[in-house]
Amino acid sequence: MSRLTEDNVRVAHEIISRYPRPRSATIPLLHLAQQQDGYVTNDAIRHIGELVGATSAEVLGTATFYEMFKFEPVGKYLVNICRTMSCALMGGEELMHHAEHRLGIKAGSTTPDGMFTLEHAECQAACTEAPTLQVNYRYRFRVTPETFDALIDDLAAGRLDSEIPAHGTVARIRQHIPAERGVGAVPPEDATNAPSWMTVAEAPK
Amino acid sequence: MTGTTYTHAPGFVAGDRPQIVTARFQYEDSYTLERALATDGYAGLRAALSRSATEVHDEVKAATVLGRGGAGFPAGTKWGLTPAGVWPRYLVVNGDESEPGTYKDRLLMERDPHQLIEGCLIACYAAGLSQCFLYIRGEMALAQERVAAALNEAYAAGYVGRNILGSDFSLDIVLHWGAGAYVVGEETALIESLEGNRGMPRLKPPFFPAAIGLYGKPTIVNNVETMANLPWLMRNGSAAYTAIGSATSPGTRMVAVSGHVKRPGVYEIINGTTTFRDLLYGEEFCGGIRDNNELKAFVPGGGSAPWFLPDQLDLPFEGRLIGAAGSMAGSGAVMVMDDTTDIPNAALTLTRFYAHESCGKCTPCREGGTWLMRILDRVVAGQGTHRDLDQLLEVGATICPGDFPHASSERLGLAAVPFPYKMTTICFVGPSAYTPVHSALTLFRDEFEAKLVKRTFIPVTAVSVSETEAAL
Repeated sequence: MSRLTEDNVRVAHEIISRYPRPRSATIPLLHLAQQQDGYVTNDAIRHIGELVGATSAEVLGTATFYEMFKFEPVGKYLVNICRTMSCALMGGEELMHHAEHRLGIKAGSTTPDGMFTLEHAECQAACTEAPTLQVNYRYRFRVTPETFDALIDDLAAGRLDSEIPAHGTVARIRQHIPAERGVGAVPPEDATNAPSWMTVAEAPK
Repeated sequence: MTGTTYTHAPGFVAGDRPQIVTARFQYEDSYTLERALATDGYAGLRAALSRSATEVHDEVKAATVLGRGGAGFPAGTKWGLTPAGVWPRYLVVNGDESEPGTYKDRLLMERDPHQLIEGCLIACYAAGLSQCFLYIRGEMALAQERVAAALNEAYAAGYVGRNILGSDFSLDIVLHWGAGAYVVGEETALIESLEGNRGMPRLKPPFFPAAIGLYGKPTIVNNVETMANLPWLMRNGSAAYTAIGSATSPGTRMVAVSGHVKRPGVYEIINGTTTFRDLLYGEEFCGGIRDNNELKAFVPGGGSAPWFLPDQLDLPFEGRLIGAAGSMAGSGAVMVMDDTTDIPNAALTLTRFYAHESCGKCTPCREGGTWLMRILDRVVAGQGTHRDLDQLLEVGATICPGDFPHASSERLGLAAVPFPYKMTTICFVGPSAYTPVHSALTLFRDEFEAKLVKRTFIPVTAVSVSETEAAL
């Protein structure tokens, strides 16, 4: 179940085809695996290695560098509360304190019902709207204890399902290059001529 | 939900100022092709395609479009650094925005993806780049969706792909997205990541991207905001562009002001002439410090920048002047601390960030950053000693030997030490862990010392302190 499904293998091949070298698709394919299973499984790592021409160790090496990839199940909702300077200046730590009490867990853990995982996050690039959090990478701005509680209630009741997909899905819209419009990726060793529109010869530097 | 009403671009504050990159933000549907086309969208591309690639490149050089990512290197000059006759060449657009305090690229991607796409097309046409990769930070779900949708629209309408607008200019723009790592914002780490590897920076030399970049080929790495400037530039020309801003910093730039101000926001300001006083106190900007408190200190250019005091308020937002005064304009992010701020703890929030984000390649950063964080953590927690303060400076000196840049202070009788610093690491993550420690300790040492004389007391048994004292 944890290798990529047939449908996802089709998506994977489309992604790989956009790059001059298949290994460039490693991170997008890890996201695809996480979207499928909620986290990145060992089988998925092996499968991705087969697809991009890398060893499992190389794929695992890449995957473990990046914080968004999880290697064991996390909650349906990953709640990331920012603690970097601008949020800290506006009460980010206090918000985390409240969140830990509300969810009954410490940052870094998951509620027993598997609904929420709470994590500290570093700067989320919304500093003027501090304190901020993201739920499965969807923003909430200027969060107060009251709006945090309302958010948790809404998530638990399924009222935000249309806006916030379960953990694993980041963007819900994918790029698709139509075959008749795309130029196509060429391995760098096969593209050693100047592009057609560069008609004027370059002066040596 | 938040109790705050937002305009269409949450955080962005418009004003009666020239808008080069944010003109479309006023429209609710600013991210659609329909809106772009109704508001001069792709007119800059048409203007570029009507001229030769060399002419377009010269126009960008003449405008001196400074890179908006942090280093401030002129884009037109950068494009000219590729070795002659070596092909293919690539464009990698850096949308991995994660510098503390900074956000503008996220807004530009979410609110006006077509402007960004148009900018990428112009850059690739001018510099002969045969494929473009748009690297968006992993955590920015909405930006990824908006750019993906915009690319799909632009491909369908013939603005991207084969024979663009019927010309012999053909280009694929590939949306790529990361997975959470600050260091990947460094250009060589970005390239490593795009090749499917751990995002660790490469040594320069020899790995200057313009010479040896993606797949070992010449690669131009430009910031999102830099690209977003190009459509306006092509429509209006370099003379109109340089008429805005100062001679050394033309045009506008986006600056995020956060922290203890009355109206935090992202502002498109006139480059090079707007002062920090305008920004923090001006009615058209932040309108003063919250609750009319006193300003204590501010970070002028993102979390990596040495701190400024109220003494520096009259400096304009101009790279060279800020550098001479002991800091950097960086990524255009000002973080403001009022007089209620606990300075050592504020420094810790930044040092912890950089220690956490160290990729581990260079020992001074991997070990030193963590040491700085641990020592600072115990000082803030009231468990520190006087030796710890000296140790912080000693550890910092292993990352950045010699004089470290800092602001001048009339109160402390300090003269400014200009930017930049020396460093023992490949990239700026290590020095950035030290920057807040050095600034805070240099400018507010008394606050650290005050924490050394208090100790938090946790009794081993339930016997209270007063009972213990009574027994004695």
